[in-house]
Amino acid sequence: MARMTMIEAVRSAMDVSMERDDDVVVFGEDVGYFGGVFRCTQGLQAKYGKTRCFDTPINESGIVGAAIGMAAYGLKPCVEIQFADYMYPAYDQLTQEAARIRYRSNGDFTCPIVVRMPTGGGIFGGQTHSQSPEALFTHVCGLKVVVPSNPYDAKGLLTAAIADPDPVIFLEPKRLYNGPFDGHHDRPVTPWSNHQLGEVPEGYYTIPIGKADIRREGSAVTVITYGTMVHVALAAAEETGIDAEVIDLRSLMPLDLDAIVKSVAKTGRCVVVHEATLTSGFGGEIVSLVQEHCFYHLEAPVMRVAGWDTPYPHAQEWDYFPGPSRVGRALIDVMEA
Amino acid sequence: MVEPAHLSLHVPEPAVRPGGEPDFSNVKIAKAGAVPRPPVDAAAEDIRDLAYSIIRVLNRDGEAVGPWAGLLTDDELRTGLRHMMTLRAFDTRMLMAQRQGKTSFYMQHLGEEAVSCAFRKALKKGDMNFPTYRQAGLLIADDYPMVEMMNQIFSNEADPLRGRQLPIMYSSKEHGFFTISGNLATQYVQAVGWAMASAIKNDSRIGAAWIGDGSTAESDFHSALVFASTYRAPVVLNVVNNQWAISTFQGIARGGSGTFAARGLGFGIPALRVDGNDYLAVYAVACWAAERARRNLGPTLVEYVTYRVGAHSTSDDPSAYRPKTESEAWPLGDPVLRLKKHLIIKGAWSEERHVQAEAEIMDEVITAQRKAEENGTLHAGGKPSVRDIFEGVYAEMPPHLRRQRQQAGY
Repeated sequence: MARMTMIEAVRSAMDVSMERDDDVVVFGEDVGYFGGVFRCTQGLQAKYGKTRCFDTPINESGIVGAAIGMAAYGLKPCVEIQFADYMYPAYDQLTQEAARIRYRSNGDFTCPIVVRMPTGGGIFGGQTHSQSPEALFTHVCGLKVVVPSNPYDAKGLLTAAIADPDPVIFLEPKRLYNGPFDGHHDRPVTPWSNHQLGEVPEGYYTIPIGKADIRREGSAVTVITYGTMVHVALAAAEETGIDAEVIDLRSLMPLDLDAIVKSVAKTGRCVVVHEATLTSGFGGEIVSLVQEHCFYHLEAPVMRVAGWDTPYPHAQEWDYFPGPSRVGRALIDVMEA
Repeated sequence: MVEPAHLSLHVPEPAVRPGGEPDFSNVKIAKAGAVPRPPVDAAAEDIRDLAYSIIRVLNRDGEAVGPWAGLLTDDELRTGLRHMMTLRAFDTRMLMAQRQGKTSFYMQHLGEEAVSCAFRKALKKGDMNFPTYRQAGLLIADDYPMVEMMNQIFSNEADPLRGRQLPIMYSSKEHGFFTISGNLATQYVQAVGWAMASAIKNDSRIGAAWIGDGSTAESDFHSALVFASTYRAPVVLNVVNNQWAISTFQGIARGGSGTFAARGLGFGIPALRVDGNDYLAVYAVACWAAERARRNLGPTLVEYVTYRVGAHSTSDDPSAYRPKTESEAWPLGDPVLRLKKHLIIKGAWSEERHVQAEAEIMDEVITAQRKAEENGTLHAGGKPSVRDIFEGVYAEMPPHLRRQRQQAGY
């Protein structure tokens, strides 16, 4: 076991996958010689050569489109979009192509690609370095969507995504790259080296896509969340003293409905938390599923804490980001309802 | 100081609209045999002229002339003629089948048969095309079974794509034909990626990208050219300029660029422009570009100058936007008649043999259609299972799809 940041864990996942399978190639803007603007691909070009890890023109549709063609050939491209906010030029290739190639060709062609995208706010990234576009992917049949919340999961889920026979959107909360973040922006950042989930095996392992994990067992209320908000929810539970069960979904598609139902059936209360904007966000889907599958267990309305329905602002970062006080307020409200 | 004039927006218009006299005087056509054949390792800037001229082999009298002639035997030419005639007969029957309600939709290749039929013969087994919806000649010329194509068109119980796809959106990995998508231009950059993969693996196979004149305006056309140029991908970038994008004349997509081929030059990609109705010229140019790719010399852009004689699709009526007789005035003629004439003057074909071949081919197509119809048509007979809706979204069916399949009663 080694201590790794999420950056190192992501890099290690690509390293062990490239080592294991010659068909794995890594490319994107600045990922080659320079090793990525977040250092996630540092050293890979030097180790595996320019034809396995390389820089691309600034063209998201080209990056994903080329990856799709390579996958049709038989490679397993793991490509990077520098920020999730810049995936839109590739949206056509992702939704109409990658997601549907297996279906439309009846398996004649497949698309085993991974598209890594740093996502989420809390870093003064403003409008185009903070977005959480996961709902734009979960709505697309044929895509898998994964969001890790710690180094151990990040590596195991990324190795699983690279080995997966279908296209996987891999969203990396960049706020978590160097350490866990609970929303207390006024306190010093703790590094992953002080966190249990910063312990990461150096070799190859996978975490199954489609399985949630319980980060905190509790009996009063179920908090369903993923990414950075896992840490915020844990802080909110401690600070309010409410015995919340915190579920880290890890995979949004496929979704671990069994874990959700089991927990809500036990607690009878549910709060869904995400950074993404509220309306038509992925939280709406979860609330709907909880209502459908847990109706007779519910003792209060299911609540959502999310980003406001506005573009992500700059100066008002901490009034936008759903921090521990807003999440804590929802926990209190749902207990009093 | 003089006051500047008021600005005005330029919106290009075709030379003629319905009711007018067809006029192609603006199409500059080089004499057959006049364009030189450079070595395949020529640099893009040294052969700029080829992006502005038209490579042609067959002259007005049906003779094969010039440096691009002489690559095909009489047997190969007769096979090519047969492929084009088969595609045309196939189109005729499927158009009729759509009118009879046996399928919902069809798109013809009328006038463009030489482009895909001749190009296929320049490829080898294992090479991969990324076609649009108007290159079925790639399948015909590779002897893909017509019955399978019709099964797909009829969405019947033998449909290889299980009824999931709109008619004519074929897929055949075995025949080097990538699954067709409704989204224009997406395949262009995918072809470049496929070719990059072949280069990464030190393979010998090459890719071929296909796009129409109208779709060159899509951003993936640009993406493909920049990726192909940057990585010198072993790919042939084909642009089929049939003058029309549904109702929109090619000047709207081309803008001030002299030709579509000229777009390649800005990316440092050698660009050729060829008579798309000249089977021999298409084959010769395709071989040139394929050889460049195979020798690891990089991509080539090829513009095929042709004319979309038929309607855009079975849902389109061209008389609403262009003169009814425009195709007759098209100066590059008909690809089938031109190859037929060439073979006849060589003494390798005759009017009698042609009439007989037409009958035989139509018979083959009708026989295939009967077989396909035994498997059902869109509204009658066998059809794919409701289960097929839910299969193949993912390699393994996730729980939510299993629930939905059960809700559907399967």
